[in-house]
This record gives sequence, structure tokens and C-alpha cells, in this order.
Amino acid sequence: MSDADEPVIPLGARAIAEAVAAGRITALEVAEAHLDGLATRDETVHAFLTVTAEQALADAEAVDAKVSAGADPGPLAGVPVALKDNLCTRGVATTCASKILEGWKPPYDATVVERLRAAGAVTLGKANMDEFAMGSSCENSAFGPTRNPRDPSRVPGGSSGGSAAAVAAGFAPLALGSDTGGSIRQPAALCGVVGVKPTYGAVSRYGLVAFASSLDQIGPFAADVADAALLLETIGGHDGRDSTSIPEEAPEISAHLDDGVDGLRVGVVTDLLGDGIAGDVAARVRAAAEALSAAGAKVGEVAIPELAYGLSAYYLIAPAEASSNLARFDGVRYGLRVDAPTTAEMMVATRTAGFGPEVKRRIMLGTYALSAGYYDAYYGKALQVRTLICRAFERAYADFDVLLTPTSPTTAFELGATTDPLAMYLNDVCTIPSNLAGHPAMSVPFGVGGDGLPVGVQVLAPALGEVPMFRAAAAIEEGDR
Amino acid sequence: MTERISRDDVAHVARLANLALDDDELTTMTRQLAAVLDHAADVETLELDGVEPTTHPLPLRNVWRDDVVGPTLDRDEVLAAAPAVVNDRFEVPAILGGEP
Repeated sequence: MSDADEPVIPLGARAIAEAVAAGRITALEVAEAHLDGLATRDETVHAFLTVTAEQALADAEAVDAKVSAGADPGPLAGVPVALKDNLCTRGVATTCASKILEGWKPPYDATVVERLRAAGAVTLGKANMDEFAMGSSCENSAFGPTRNPRDPSRVPGGSSGGSAAAVAAGFAPLALGSDTGGSIRQPAALCGVVGVKPTYGAVSRYGLVAFASSLDQIGPFAADVADAALLLETIGGHDGRDSTSIPEEAPEISAHLDDGVDGLRVGVVTDLLGDGIAGDVAARVRAAAEALSAAGAKVGEVAIPELAYGLSAYYLIAPAEASSNLARFDGVRYGLRVDAPTTAEMMVATRTAGFGPEVKRRIMLGTYALSAGYYDAYYGKALQVRTLICRAFERAYADFDVLLTPTSPTTAFELGATTDPLAMYLNDVCTIPSNLAGHPAMSVPFGVGGDGLPVGVQVLAPALGEVPMFRAAAAIEEGDR
Repeated sequence: MTERISRDDVAHVARLANLALDDDELTTMTRQLAAVLDHAADVETLELDGVEPTTHPLPLRNVWRDDVVGPTLDRDEVLAAAPAVVNDRFEVPAILGGEP
């Protein structure tokens, strides 16, 4: 990619930050190399909706000035990061991949964006996604799909498909996404990178355009487990601007990655290895369990039949919350307005023109589930199922420190192959339970399936169990080498 | 497919959601929502009597901040993003009736 006289850019966030801080390379060189890379190769992948080259170069120069002055440039000094386009960036278009927000420039930065900048990171731009984070393939973007860098005929997964693809293609060593029912972990699995959904409340949601507020969580993408840990440490910790933010400092994770898994109790969830899960994917999960066992973990099997009902509960709860959250897009304060004689007609015309089919479907489903006469039958029951899932996890975690499942039932599928909405929803069966319970979970690449495409193994942990989760993930990664 | 949701139900919900659906969309939406609701019926086999609902993963209580003045959004920046503004306020078409 680079000529012989160009600087050699180290791979990975830790290596870049270390080289920039030590003055072996400048943040400007790093930013230029990454911007060049995506300028030539993103035409095929379409990971980015907006590239903020000027701002990236200016931010990089500011990092270099700190290094020259002998000041601490921060733990992510000069590290390029891609931001999912539902994270607010002041003065930079934030569309949620929707026509209804096309051209909207937020008047503030999300907390995670502020924290990245404070840590010396250089944001490259805004990554493509399924519209309003609703989808599992990135095909629901109003601005065209993203393609999987491992095989451009395949989807990158979703909804954070652009973020996953940006890391997999090497456009940025780090990216941020959001995960409401698997939207970080599933694309990470399909693109062969690491993706983490932290404990609910561990990362501030201030400045994340809301989809389903009791489920949404921002989290990292990285090429390896240690880089993901570093990014999570950077963005995590209490934020007074998010009232659901856990009032504690971000946990120290990196320091524990070398602790190993000796004696760690790992439960392989048998219910998620049978029906509906591809045989080659299930085989990789069993192989990861063996790798953990070989590394000293105590591996056992556990049946959690309640998890299967998570899908039904989720596809009532998430649309219900979305129908309420998306009521704010009415053509009054921001985004699209389609003119009409009265305000009521203007709102209908704006929403009808501005939202894509999947977003309308979820708004309709959620409105129905919350409407008089159906509330108890659908939404009420879904909330009770959510309780059963929390209890079932509690039972499992009495015997195990972490659980192991596939991330996605299959490897990356062909673009345009899944047209039935319900069939698309089934992709989320392994990832949804952790969102319902508010627990952390992460996807780690572990080899390939029969088609040669990456398989992700999912590690689940109880609330605030990030440290054992990352220890297991590090051991799985080690076992894949 | 069972009669889980009728076309009339879907038309009613569209009005509640401030969305306009044409005839074809109404047909497709009815079929697709029925399929999801059919799938969701699997929870009917669960014993849910007396199970408390969970609305949120955290035991949320009121969260108060200290009563000190902090930064707020810049009004000009906020209004610059609005589709129509008049006298430093959001402007909308007539609320009642037709032409203003």
C-alpha cells in the first residue's frame, strides 16, 4: 500500500499510540496513511458515510504538538478511529444512515467522542450502519450497503457494519459501534474482528441517537482483544449527562489480560449449538471451549432453555422503545421536513418520506405492542420474559464465571439473500439475551467456517464481569494463533 | 398464517405512528407484522403468572445532579439545524385547520 520512502505505520492501536508517543512516527503520518488507504479502497467497501479528513489532520497535528512539547499525548495518541454514524459529532453530519437526518449537524459531541479526543485519538469519519441501527446486514442504510472486506459479495453484518468493516479493511485500527441486540458483536463476527458490548451503563449513552434506551450500549471494535480493552477503558466510566451511567470509574481490564484462565469456570451453552446454528459455527465454539480447557479453564456444559425466548421478547421490547424514541423525528427541530398545510400533515409527510421500510416496520410493531388492548398481551408478556431470562442467567452464573456461545448462527451471508424480515431477526438469537439482561458480551474471531469466512465466538459474563470476559477472550485469541 | 393482526389494525396503528401507508404497503406490513407476532407467540407456552416485569436492567431511581450552572447548547447552533425558524424559535405550519 505504501512506497518504500513512506513511513511504515505500525499495525494496531497499541503499537501506533506507543510509536507516536515515543516520537518514532508522527500522528500526521498515521492519519495521512489511513486517509489514503480508505480513499482508494473504500469505494468498494463503503464503510464510511462521511470522511472528516481536514479535522483528522488538524487533530493529528495537535497530538504531534503535544509530543514535541513533551506533554502526555494520551493513551490513544494518534490512533485513527471510525465512529458509527449514530454518535453525535459537533458540526459533522450525523445521519443514522437515514434520509430523515440527512445533513443534520449536531450541536454537541457524544461523551465517547469527547473522551476519544481527550485520549489523543484521531477520528476519521462516520461509519455506515443499518438505518437507526435496525438491521443485521447493513443493507438497511438509506445511503447504500457496506460490503464485507473479507468477501465483497457478502454483508458485513449489522447494524454497525461500517464500523466492523472499517477495522477489518484496515481503514482504522479502532471503531465505535452501538449494540442493542447484537449490533456490535454480530458484524464483528462476520468481519473477523473483536467487538464488545459492555455492561449496560458502563459507557455513557450521551450523544448516542436512541433506538431502545434500556438495551442500547456503545462499545469498541478492534483487530485484537487488547486493543478492544484499551478502547473500552478510554470510553468507559461515569458520566453525569447519562442518568443510567453506572456511578463508578471504568474498570481496569488491560492489566488483567495476562492473568490467564486457570480455574476460570466456562459454561458452553448447549441450547445455542443445535437447531438454527450452522454446524461449522457450532464446531468452532466447541473448539474454542477446548482451547480454554487446554489453557486451564474448567469447562462444562449448561442448558439455558429460556434464552430461546429472548428473540420474541426483544422484537416487542426494542420496537416498543423505538416507537417512542423515534417520535422525536417530526420535522420540527432537526432533519428533514416535507411541507404540508398543517403541522399534523407535515409530520406524517416527513416521517413517511424520511424513514425506510425496516424503521417503519419497527415503529409499527412497537406502536402496536404498546397500543390499548394489546399492551398486556405483547409488551407486558415480553417484560415478564425478560425477567425469566435474567433469572436463568443468574442460575447459570452460580456455576460459571463466563458462558460461551456462537456470536451469529452463520458466517457472513450474501448481499440481498435475506429479504424476509423475520428471517433476518433470527440472526440475533445468540446476542439478544445479554442486551435484555444488561450484561457484557463480546465476539472474538476463532478461525473460519466451511466457506472460509470468519467465525466469531461469543463470551458472555454477568453485569460488570468485563475482566473475566476479557481474560477468556484473550485465551481464545491465543488459542487461535 | 393466523389472523393475528388485521389490515384495519395496521391502518389504525399507522395513524397512531404518524405514518402514511399506501394499499400495497398496508398489505405487506400486515403480513410481516403477523409473522413476527406469530413467532412471538412462542412465549405463550411459558408460565408467566406472578412473574414481575423487567423494564430496565438497572434498578433505576431518580438521579439528581448538583444544582450548579453548567454549559448548555448554543441556541444559534441548535436553531441553525432546524428546518424553519422565526424570531429565534422553531417555526411550524398551522396547528389548527388549513391555511394559516
